[in-house]
Parts: sequence; C-alpha cells; structure tokens
Amino acid sequence: MTDTTAVSKQAEPARETSLMPPVDVIEDAQGIILYADLPGVPKDKLDLHIEADTLTIEGEVQLETPDGMESTHAEVSLPRYRRVFTLSKELDTSKVAAEFNQGVLKLRIPKAEHLQPRKVEIKVS
Amino acid sequence: MMYRSLFPRDVFAELDRLQREMQQAFDLSPSIRGVARGGFPAMNVGSTSKSVEIYAFAPGIDPASLDVQIEKGVLTIAGERHVEEMPEKAVMHIDERFAGRFRRIATLPDDIDPNAAEARYRNGMLHISIARKEAAQPRRITVQ
Repeated sequence: MTDTTAVSKQAEPARETSLMPPVDVIEDAQGIILYADLPGVPKDKLDLHIEADTLTIEGEVQLETPDGMESTHAEVSLPRYRRVFTLSKELDTSKVAAEFNQGVLKLRIPKAEHLQPRKVEIKVS
Repeated sequence: MMYRSLFPRDVFAELDRLQREMQQAFDLSPSIRGVARGGFPAMNVGSTSKSVEIYAFAPGIDPASLDVQIEKGVLTIAGERHVEEMPEKAVMHIDERFAGRFRRIATLPDDIDPNAAEARYRNGMLHISIARKEAAQPRRITVQ
C-alpha cells in the first residue's frame, strides 16, 4: 500500500486479498466482449495478462487523500481488484484488444478465424 | 446485515470483514439514513481537521450527467449510467454491472462550508472535497 491509497480504516492482513470487479460478458459471432468496472484505477496500475487459457485482470486503486485523513466509511475497503477467467479454446488470445476509459475496461477477444461461423450454401437439385 | 456487496470478495476475506464490522458496529454513529451499502456508486468517506473527503466509485459516466448537490448538510450524488449497445445476435453471459439512473445521499457534518466544495471526476471516480468552516478548525493557542 502506498501513501496515496488509504481506503481502509485498519491495516489489512499480509495476505493479499482483493475485491472482485463486476463484469458484463457478451458473445457474438466474432467473439467475446468483456466489460469490467475498475473505478479508481489509473491506466498504469491496470494489469492484464493471459497465460495459456487463463485471463487475469488486476488493478490497484489510487485515491488522492490529504495528509492525516482518517477513513470514516469505506465500501471499497481494499485497494486492489482481481478477477480470473478461463478462456475456451476457440478464442484467439493473440488478438485481444483492450480499451480502458474512466475506470471501465473493454476487452475484445475474437474467435479464431477458421472457427467463425460461415454460411454454407446447400444446393438442392 | 444482509446486503449484497457491489464488489464481492473471497469467503475468507468476507469472514475477516464480518469480524471487523462487528467491532466497528459499536463505534458507528447511528444515522437516520443508515449506513447504506451495496448501492451504486460505492462510497468511501474520510475526514481531516480541515475537510471532509467523499469518494464515489462511479466508472464509465459522462461527467456532464453527474449532478452533485449540497443542501441543508446533505450531499446528493445523482446521475445516469448508460448501457453499452448489444451487437446483433449477441448473447449476454454475465450481467453484473450497474446500469440506469442512480442517486446516493450522505449526511455531512455540521461544520462544513458548502461554498467551499470541489468535485473532480478521474479514473471513473468522483472525488468531492468539502472544507470545514474556519471557525471550526482547530487552532493552537499560544501560552503567554
């Protein structure tokens, strides 16, 4: 925890606990779109990684707190968000596009091209 | 206390939190508006001798649609969060994020100066800083 993050009244235990950000997951023919709410996380404190078929979203909350501020009420009681997803095989993890704007992360994970649905014409003779 | 936290966490952390809240329940001031949790946006409040700091975690909102008011010692934060458009023939697998109109209210201490309030929206977080009246700020008295 840095000086700028004082979201909790009491010191947290050494074990790294984190909050689970709410998400929306939408699937269309091209792939998956994931939205995640990570309010208070600056761009440089957002950490996204994909390892094998696991997608991890992590972010650190930074609040501007004046000197000597004492927290009196905290609903966001931990300065960290973390959520892990298992991706399925048909998704192309090499072509993930990410946008991060005002605390909202938008991820687009396309399906591998050869797996995208194609219309097959069947001629009836 | 039966409420659904906006940001759930794992079970062990939940137990920790429960224990902490049991302790804190004894030193919370009973407010007529209660300690409303689980609403949108999530709020943190802090105080110093010079100001009251309010943090509202409201990601993805057009700052122009935010309405912040202080009236008779009550702070109101209202606005609307629009849903992203669904592409055609799309399926929603998970739907957890808040959408629609919201309004949250917080009672402020008596000694704040409503004319000395400042609000900023950054990284999806609304930070409102309200100064306390000068007369109420602690003063050091020199001993002659």
